[in-house]
Amino acid sequence: MFYRDRKEWADLEPVPQDDGPNPVVKIAYSEKFSDVYDYFRALLKKDERSDRAFALTAEAIELNAANYTVWHYRRVLLQALQKDLREEMRYITDIIEEQPKNYQVWHHRRMVVEWLNDPSEELEFIADILSQDAKNYHAWQHRQWVIQEYKLWDNELEFVEKLLEEDVRNNSVWNQRHFVISHTTGYSSPAILDREVQYCLNQIRKAPHNESAWNYLKGILQDRGMSSHPGLLEQVLELKETHCSPYLLAFLVDCYEDALENNNQKETLNRALEVCEYLAQEKDTIRKEYWLFLQRSLESRFECIDVLLCQGISPLLKSDIKNGV
Amino acid sequence: PVVPSGLLLCCRPAAVKPRAAMQHYRFLLILLPCVCLPRPTLLREQHYQYLKKGLRHLSDSYECLDASRPWLCYWILHSLELLEEPIPAAVASDVCQFLARCQSPTGGFAGGPGQHAHLAPTYAAVNALCIIGTEEAYNVIDREKLLDFLWSVKQPDGSFVMHVGGEVDVRSAYCAASVASLTNILTPKLFEDTPSWILRCQNWEGGLGGVPGLEAHGGYTFCGTAALVILGKEHMLDLKALLRWVVSRQMRFEGGFQGRCNKLVDGCYSFWQAGLLPLLHRAFFKEGESQLSRQRWMFEQQALQEYILLCCQNPAGGLLDKPGKSRDFYHTCYCLSGLSIAQHFGNVDLHHELILGKEENRLAPTHPVYNICPEKVAQALQHFHQLPVPEADQRHGASSWVGPATGFRVQMFNGG
Repeated sequence: MFYRDRKEWADLEPVPQDDGPNPVVKIAYSEKFSDVYDYFRALLKKDERSDRAFALTAEAIELNAANYTVWHYRRVLLQALQKDLREEMRYITDIIEEQPKNYQVWHHRRMVVEWLNDPSEELEFIADILSQDAKNYHAWQHRQWVIQEYKLWDNELEFVEKLLEEDVRNNSVWNQRHFVISHTTGYSSPAILDREVQYCLNQIRKAPHNESAWNYLKGILQDRGMSSHPGLLEQVLELKETHCSPYLLAFLVDCYEDALENNNQKETLNRALEVCEYLAQEKDTIRKEYWLFLQRSLESRFECIDVLLCQGISPLLKSDIKNGV
Repeated sequence: PVVPSGLLLCCRPAAVKPRAAMQHYRFLLILLPCVCLPRPTLLREQHYQYLKKGLRHLSDSYECLDASRPWLCYWILHSLELLEEPIPAAVASDVCQFLARCQSPTGGFAGGPGQHAHLAPTYAAVNALCIIGTEEAYNVIDREKLLDFLWSVKQPDGSFVMHVGGEVDVRSAYCAASVASLTNILTPKLFEDTPSWILRCQNWEGGLGGVPGLEAHGGYTFCGTAALVILGKEHMLDLKALLRWVVSRQMRFEGGFQGRCNKLVDGCYSFWQAGLLPLLHRAFFKEGESQLSRQRWMFEQQALQEYILLCCQNPAGGLLDKPGKSRDFYHTCYCLSGLSIAQHFGNVDLHHELILGKEENRLAPTHPVYNICPEKVAQALQHFHQLPVPEADQRHGASSWVGPATGFRVQMFNGG
């Protein structure tokens, strides 16, 4: 039944939307939509703080859950009317289950959790949403907020391992792995770093074309130096024979680049340039422009001193020549 | 290998090159039932009719965007400007008047008349007004109030909430930096600590997440990077790691881009992801990088054009995420924006075009920071830089508090 026909609302004059005389992007609202929002605008204008207003916000939300003005008003009413926040948790749980990819619903839940100062339902709830869409960005964002705010780190690595067993290609879970470890034990200790490197290599052996595992391996080593981990380059070269992928080859380039930074050797540079060429022309041609750039870049940075000396040119002078001096 | 003659590349200077990767061809051959691939055609007329209608009327399926109407204006106007379709003066004026009704009395623009101000429709409204580019359009913006609004959503840690009582993520920094720079209300104080907050969003993958700790994502990476470019701080990012991340997001089979590692292709990332390459090119250039190409961005421009033209067009007009999905104005805007990026290399001084298919497929170039045409950016900057930067009256912001007599001002966290 429309609000305009309800006796209990007769005292309120609905406020039609002010789109002006020549509207643009004019939406052909249903009668129900117009009716509900005409009354919402009336309530907002009056700043009415009542139960009927509170009830109407739910209808307005159902019609457009992305209307952040309605959500804000609902929060004002929740506080002004001292509404039962446990009941609000039940409400927002239902709404998120129906519309899990909306910003406003998750923000609203965060506010209610904060007001209640009670995160006890969160991890289970988020796990349920993730069971329906394991990559829901809002869900992961809310999860990270809850864990960090209320220090609920204890079981998260276990949760991560379970999800990786279900889908080792879920990049959101790899990200969560990094989140948990970097905020708890960190990656400094050789024991942890080694455990993580081994974990990666095991996952790679099982699924060689999983980019997430390779990115994680690089991600945890890049600050410490890819070539710093003993025996890793050798292990990767071994894997190249049976478990090759464009990701493995890219990782090799990164190892060589890192090695060059510590010890500029012609042989290392040549290997790096060769892999770049192989990637550009054969194994990862969609990224040809990038691999050729990287190749030129490495060549330019690590141009060997002994080559220059053979040419009878001082390395310092050579760069002057290049720069047109 | 047999190269379908249909997929000839037309570029300047003239050089016909077959597609390098057969795997990409195999994908297209499987996807399209015809034996030989026709030269891809941009369905200009169909898109134009779809856009022209939408600018006036939208079906009730758009009720879900009732709090994003300035976005609808921007998506449609930008698509029309890319197609080089003129906006009739009467329509332009109507848009101005509508957006004026979306402007909040306390500053900034809302999703619709009577709603609260929000950084996303603020970004969209300012962009739409700059596309129109008339005095009437520029005059709609209340710059003093806009500055008040930006202060009201600024957080102590350098981030911005999207609206008073709303959520924080890196989109807000981009929206704020974009409108502040275009309308010349940008002060260093306004963006104090913002670059360092954005940097915290760069993660182990090399891309940026929505807030520190989150998975790298194309939309957020674009917002963070473009914001830093506006603030002149893009060099603070690990550019090499970012470059590796974004180039890895182009799909070897589909040719389009994914939003996150191990997820599916989506036409809108043609802009959010591919649009990063011009930004990075410029950033590397500023750093003195000598090995940059002078003809190509560091992604496969032809493959992206193929994906958009062959897989993302609705025959009745409008563009989309991927085959099987329905058209919408968001995807129309960002697929066309990505197509433009893929067609045009360079800047004012150096310009190299690579148009897949007929010359008629050519779109206008777009500015990779603001995503409106470069002439409109220049014109807006020229107009607003003649005006003085407003004196920020931080006291009137919803969340600021003036401290003791020393005049020290403290921004209180606005938790709603």
